[in-house]
Amino acid sequence: MSAPSSRTHDLAIRRAELAPQRVFQAIGLVALVLPLLLLAFLFGSSLVDAWPRLDWDFLTAFPSRKPALAGILPALVGTTCLMGLTAAIAIPVGLGAALYLEEYARPSRLTMLIELNISTLAGVPSIIYGLLGLEVFARVLGMGRSLLTGACTLALLLLPMVIMASREALRTVPQSLREASYALGADKWRTLRGVVLPMCLPGVLTGVILSLARAIGETAPLITIGALTYVAFLPDSVHSEFTALPIQIFNWVSRPQAGFHVNAAAGIVVLVGLMLLLNGFAIWLRARLQRRVYW
Amino acid sequence: MTSPERHPDATGADAPASGERSGRTPSGPPPAAVPSDLLRPRARSEQVVRLVLFVCALVSIVTTVGIVVVLVRESAGFFAEVSLAEFFGDSQWTPLFDQKHFGIWPLLAGTLLTTLIAVLVALPFGLLAAIYLAEFAPERLRRVLKPALEVLAGIPTVVYGYFALTYVTPALQLVVPGLAGFNALGPGIVMGIMILPIIASLSEDAIYAVPASLREASYALGAGRLRTVFRVVVPSAFSGIGASVILGVSRAIGETMIVAIAAGQQPRLTFDPRVPIETMTAYIVQISLGDTPTGTVEYRTIFAVGLCLFLMTLVLNIAAYRLRKRMLKGGLT
Repeated sequence: MSAPSSRTHDLAIRRAELAPQRVFQAIGLVALVLPLLLLAFLFGSSLVDAWPRLDWDFLTAFPSRKPALAGILPALVGTTCLMGLTAAIAIPVGLGAALYLEEYARPSRLTMLIELNISTLAGVPSIIYGLLGLEVFARVLGMGRSLLTGACTLALLLLPMVIMASREALRTVPQSLREASYALGADKWRTLRGVVLPMCLPGVLTGVILSLARAIGETAPLITIGALTYVAFLPDSVHSEFTALPIQIFNWVSRPQAGFHVNAAAGIVVLVGLMLLLNGFAIWLRARLQRRVYW
Repeated sequence: MTSPERHPDATGADAPASGERSGRTPSGPPPAAVPSDLLRPRARSEQVVRLVLFVCALVSIVTTVGIVVVLVRESAGFFAEVSLAEFFGDSQWTPLFDQKHFGIWPLLAGTLLTTLIAVLVALPFGLLAAIYLAEFAPERLRRVLKPALEVLAGIPTVVYGYFALTYVTPALQLVVPGLAGFNALGPGIVMGIMILPIIASLSEDAIYAVPASLREASYALGAGRLRTVFRVVVPSAFSGIGASVILGVSRAIGETMIVAIAAGQQPRLTFDPRVPIETMTAYIVQISLGDTPTGTVEYRTIFAVGLCLFLMTLVLNIAAYRLRKRMLKGGLT
């Protein structure tokens, strides 16, 4: 067989192979982009529906029986307090657990059990955490339907995520820095406090903010612990009853009147906006982090 | 004194080499690791710190134990009044009616139906998207789309529920005759979109992790790119892909707000996707919103249903965990 003919033969094979590959690539791209476009369309529709209600009054009014007058102030304040409290509980506990697992724990049965347990907990449906919070925090510990109950429940829900993010951040601190600290005579806790923690804190914060972005939309556990759906007051302490933005949205969606559905759409725009803001903040923090070099 | 500049090639633990640098320590033990007596806690406070951190780590164990105890204790109260035979034998679920029936099957059917629809949507789209992203997409596109998928996975489910009720179901009603305002089809499809990022993202990780040598071996045998992807790469990543699908199913089973908003509150034993149904999770929400007095058998139903839900997702999650572990160990198929 002469060389040129073999070459054309090869080219023919290539072309025959390339056609199905192109087709598959097109299908793959469509499979990826179609759901994204559909979601973009749905968000666009919500935004259009919500537009007439998106004003200052909507943010600063209390809920009302008249859809056009109703606002999300208690829900917004409730969500803000809830997120702050949740972070205040989840950060120390999660970071503490991560420190123990990364810096202190020796490989043992118990350590393995804790690790397996954390990854299992991450897959437990959020509504189950709601049942736990209802029974333990609201009833046995007598905290009722308070902000504190909600925050404790959400903190437990976030804990696996916070622990995993913190462990990853701890692993990025090079061993040589710890050794330098030991060499200067610092003991273990001193080293952790003075060297390791300050260095991994931005990483931990990024993880915490990302998990808060998840928690801000959590509805089911809050409904289960009995968060209110109609609130005409602002929470004044951690023991006061509350509502949150996703619950307010759920309440409006469940009503038959179209006016409330418009309110729900407006609430969704605010909620998703807050979520994207948190995500954006975390991404910004991470980018800043990657630029900064300590060693 | 010489400045303590770091050698560029000094890396971590094996780097000290103090003898070379200063020449002042003539001999002594090799500085391979930090001497253990330096690491030993010096004060009682060290012990306290260790204990406090250990307690933090134990919180996760306590949470699991708490979940199990709460669910089992309240369910025991429930099963003291309702027999297991009725729970798994009766075909009706009407705890709030005068004629009380406590058969779990209608709720289970609702959950399985919506989950099935979700998987039928998410599996083909998710897998195709994953294969495309890992094998064909240009690096720049990959870097944009992967985080986009991850943000999608974080959209609050109450938002998806609103989409299902106000946009997707009305649109489907134009196509599907006899579709009720509350149904399993709309929320099922939306739930599919919700779990799609999970399946796509985790499968993509698995496919991306297949070693290049396998691909090269396949090319060397004369296989084309598509044949390599479908005969070599995807089968090699099967553990990871399987784990991603199982995790997606587990999420769909535990998903609450989409079905609570858009699927209805009528527990019925049917696989007709056009009529209102009720899932296990939506039932828990329904009771939580109502004014069922605590301590009654009606109230305890939510813990019995919760226990079923917990066990189902637990089994799935452990299966996924083991599959993933197999993948990380490098075991193929």
